[in-house]
Amino acid sequence: MSASRIPEADLTIAEHMKRSGVSRRHFITFCGKLMAVAPFGLAITNGLTLEAVAAEIGKTRRPSVVWLHFQECTGCTETLLRTSEPDIADLIFNIISLDYHETVMAAAGRDAELALYDAMKANDGKFVCVVEGAIPTKQNGIFMKKAGKTGIDMLKQVTSRAAAVISIGSCASWGGIPSSGPNPTGATGVDQLVKDKPVINIPGCPPNPYVLLGTVLEFAGTGKPPALDAKGRPKFAFDRLIHDHCPRRAHFDAGRFAANFGDEGHRQGWCLYKLGCKGPATHAPCSTRHFNEVVDCWPIGVGHPCFGCAEQGVGYTIPLFDTVEITRPVPPDTYPPIIAEHGGISPLATGLGGLVGGAIVGAGVIASRKLSAVDTESESETKE
Amino acid sequence: MEAHAKPAGGPILTKSSIVLFAFAAIGFFLIFLRFVLGLGVTTALSDGYPWGLWIAFDVVTGTAFACGGYAMALLVYIFNRGKYHPLIRPAILTSALGYTIAGLSVVIDVGRPWWVWKVPLYFWDWNLNSVLFEVAVCIMAYMIVLWIELSPAFFERWKESKWPALRKFAQAVSPILDKALVWIVALGLLLPTMHQSSLGSLMLLTGPRLHPLWSTPYLPAFFLLTCIAMGYAVVVFESSFSAVALKRKAETHLLLNLGKLAAAGGVIFVVLRFIDLAARGRLGLVFQSDFHAVFFWLETILFVLPLAFTIGRRNLGSLFLGAITLALAGALYRFDTFLIAFSPGQGWHYFPSLTEQLITLGLISFEVAVYATLVKLFPILAGVSKPAPTNVPATSPAY
Amino acid sequence: METNRRDLLKGLAAAATLTAIPTAAIAREKRKAPADAVGLLYDSTKCIGCKACVVRCKEVNNLPADVTGYGEGLYDSPTSLNEYTKNIIQLYKDDHEQAYVKRQCMHCLDPACVSACMLGALQKREHGIVTWAANRCIGCRYCALACAFNVPKFQWSKRAPKLIKCELCSHRLAEGKQPGCAEVCPREAVIYGKYTDLLDEAHRRLQSEPDKYVQKVYGENDLGGTQMLYLSHIPFENLGFRFSGGEAVPALQQTVQHGVYKGFIAPVVLYAVLGAVMFRNRRSDKKDVEK
Repeated sequence: MSASRIPEADLTIAEHMKRSGVSRRHFITFCGKLMAVAPFGLAITNGLTLEAVAAEIGKTRRPSVVWLHFQECTGCTETLLRTSEPDIADLIFNIISLDYHETVMAAAGRDAELALYDAMKANDGKFVCVVEGAIPTKQNGIFMKKAGKTGIDMLKQVTSRAAAVISIGSCASWGGIPSSGPNPTGATGVDQLVKDKPVINIPGCPPNPYVLLGTVLEFAGTGKPPALDAKGRPKFAFDRLIHDHCPRRAHFDAGRFAANFGDEGHRQGWCLYKLGCKGPATHAPCSTRHFNEVVDCWPIGVGHPCFGCAEQGVGYTIPLFDTVEITRPVPPDTYPPIIAEHGGISPLATGLGGLVGGAIVGAGVIASRKLSAVDTESESETKE
Repeated sequence: MEAHAKPAGGPILTKSSIVLFAFAAIGFFLIFLRFVLGLGVTTALSDGYPWGLWIAFDVVTGTAFACGGYAMALLVYIFNRGKYHPLIRPAILTSALGYTIAGLSVVIDVGRPWWVWKVPLYFWDWNLNSVLFEVAVCIMAYMIVLWIELSPAFFERWKESKWPALRKFAQAVSPILDKALVWIVALGLLLPTMHQSSLGSLMLLTGPRLHPLWSTPYLPAFFLLTCIAMGYAVVVFESSFSAVALKRKAETHLLLNLGKLAAAGGVIFVVLRFIDLAARGRLGLVFQSDFHAVFFWLETILFVLPLAFTIGRRNLGSLFLGAITLALAGALYRFDTFLIAFSPGQGWHYFPSLTEQLITLGLISFEVAVYATLVKLFPILAGVSKPAPTNVPATSPAY
Repeated sequence: METNRRDLLKGLAAAATLTAIPTAAIAREKRKAPADAVGLLYDSTKCIGCKACVVRCKEVNNLPADVTGYGEGLYDSPTSLNEYTKNIIQLYKDDHEQAYVKRQCMHCLDPACVSACMLGALQKREHGIVTWAANRCIGCRYCALACAFNVPKFQWSKRAPKLIKCELCSHRLAEGKQPGCAEVCPREAVIYGKYTDLLDEAHRRLQSEPDKYVQKVYGENDLGGTQMLYLSHIPFENLGFRFSGGEAVPALQQTVQHGVYKGFIAPVVLYAVLGAVMFRNRRSDKKDVEK
């Protein structure tokens, strides 16, 4: 790409959309999607109406994004491409300014190298560096070289000029599948190597593309990343376990499990815990945000147990069909207690009981008086 | 005093007996409902309290009230106090009716009464370790014994019946009965000794769920002692009641002694109970300010109070009060053992339902009404006009 | 009266014999597990409260749903063992911790219910499993009263009520299968096996992870021993086990009862004595009259 292709950094998204002839309806639909993906936890979607959110996003300057690839399968790129609102063109031209992306860019070879250099220079200190893939570290990182540089070097070089780094996918977040034992290349997540810049982890294999979009726009719009948890993951998407929002949770709570693929329980859509579902141990938004913009397009939705792709120590670590320990079980509110109350006492019955008791005592006293009278009478009779 | 008993006579259907029969009718209708609707709907029984009013009162307390025959037989035939002889028949009648009502209550209470006949007959299934089995078989046998013991009263009248078949039957059976009666009476002394004490042992099987103020290896002995005292108390009650209701003279001097026996029994029981508690180191429980201690003291007071009503008094009225106090004491002791002292765990409550209470009331009303009817028709009550001799001549009939 | 003192002595002698009996009684022997005893080992620390065992138990035992539990028509939500529920998971929760507990028949080594049952409808049979037979039950509910674990449940809602309690799926054991609960547990929190093996396993766990457990296998020595064994992280009282240690439930009553009725000697002797006394009284009365 020649320098002239790099767009001005000052155009807002709204202005750019207008210039490119993208319909407002298109844009509004995208904003709506974003609101659905991140109903809370993002400042940019914190509006009461679609129009308000659209205005907020419209004001945002298009963020410049440099996308690096390392030990990856390109799945995370593919997930981004699987959005129709916006479609890929809209996305890379109007919402974000995708200044460098090895998969979708036209350039190759030296042109590509120049493109990277130009992108970094034009938005020095302001661009967002998205990293896809793990970085090999063993033997000084020789297991991956690009343009003569090792992955580690390239990472350090690019991220040193970035405003923030987003690790997209489990590989970039914590090593992912390349780091699976015995990890011969020493595949490592980005946040182990980049310590001087804010790193946002969006794990998943692949993650939901709207999580990335929301994160990027939040950063562009507010200058700050969204609220992150202890592992650097955006809370709006990763603050819950799959288990906590699983549509099959009712079956888990009621003890209905599929024991084998294809059995009666499986056909009924029962809980997949016994088949090795890692939902109870995995933090990810998949339960509520499905993939490919198709409802139920996610593992549990199609009847396969979650395998914990987003969670370090679970995905690609615990065997697929092994049941996972539930370390933080939260029982439902209505769970049989050790001591339960069993019914009460009928007030009517108590009343009758009291009445009878009183009648007995009363009758006894009266009878006793009568008897005394009779007795004295008879005594006096005998005396006579 | 007249040695012979005579039918009290008088109309069967009086105002009071009609009321009693009405209550009885309600009770029987509700019994029918109980069988149609099941126990869950009609009673307040639950998993926590599988036994309730019908066991604790109708069966356990009811049979204790029906120990008049037993207590009097002890006095007259073992301790040879012949002067009390005229009180035997009414006592036996009360006992026979009481045990029959108790038996009926059992059949109403059990959930699968269609197998009840297996209890006495299927000897190959008998669980000889089961105390309840012993109680059940004993009570069944004793009920039969009681009616046999009472039967001379029926035969006496039937011997003069205008129906020849009945007359012949009565005349044929009577002498056989006379000869066998000693063995029947001995049985009538053995059986209640066995099952009244075993009724106490019943609750011992609840083990740690029985409150230590009631749980003791001497529970059977205590039940036996109190039932004898209650027997005398009930005889006082029933004689006084008959005297007033049927406008007859009460044998006050005899009853006074019985009252004293009952009161003495109550006091001896309380003393023994305290000794037992002290010996097992449980006396401290008595002084705790909790629900169980309250009931314990209530029992104790009620068992001791009759003494005040009977010692140094010659008045039938206070004697009567003493008798019902002792009877109440015994009843409370049994209620407490079976319901209050039993702890099924937190969260369980029991108070008898309306149906349970009305059925019990109906059965008691029926018992009283039948008693009144039978004493009017058959030679059960003896009249009183002067003090009785100390011995009963052997030439008089055995009963 | 002439016979006053004699009568008093007679009375006292009788009373004394009565009181002496419980002390002379022989204590009831502690029962041992039968050689082919089986059982369940439930480890509360492994249980996740999924209630798969509750559901499976209902399935294999053809039990109906319980709509009475929470009183608002919540489908099949029993709060404790009852006439619809032979097996249940309950939750203990306080500010610091929580734990689940599985409750079902304990299949005691010396069961109170077996001792209670008049016609032997409840018996401890093969493998030490306590079973119930309909053709010998009159529904007296003495078993429900006797059981210290509140296990036997009477079908209050039925006109022809049965007695409901876990029978360790003996109908499945006959087919070589496991009890439903053990078969379905996803975490193997409850396992089925030979009683001796389970006891060994329980002790092995206590030894290998001492901090994880209360150092006790509940059921080993409690109320005479049970074939259901429990391990827990929290005190067993909190899980609803009211009684620990102690002798078997029937011990007290049976000791007293057999002490009095051993060999049925006492009643026979008493009968003979009563008869003799009555005869003697009759004869002396006759003499008095003749005088």
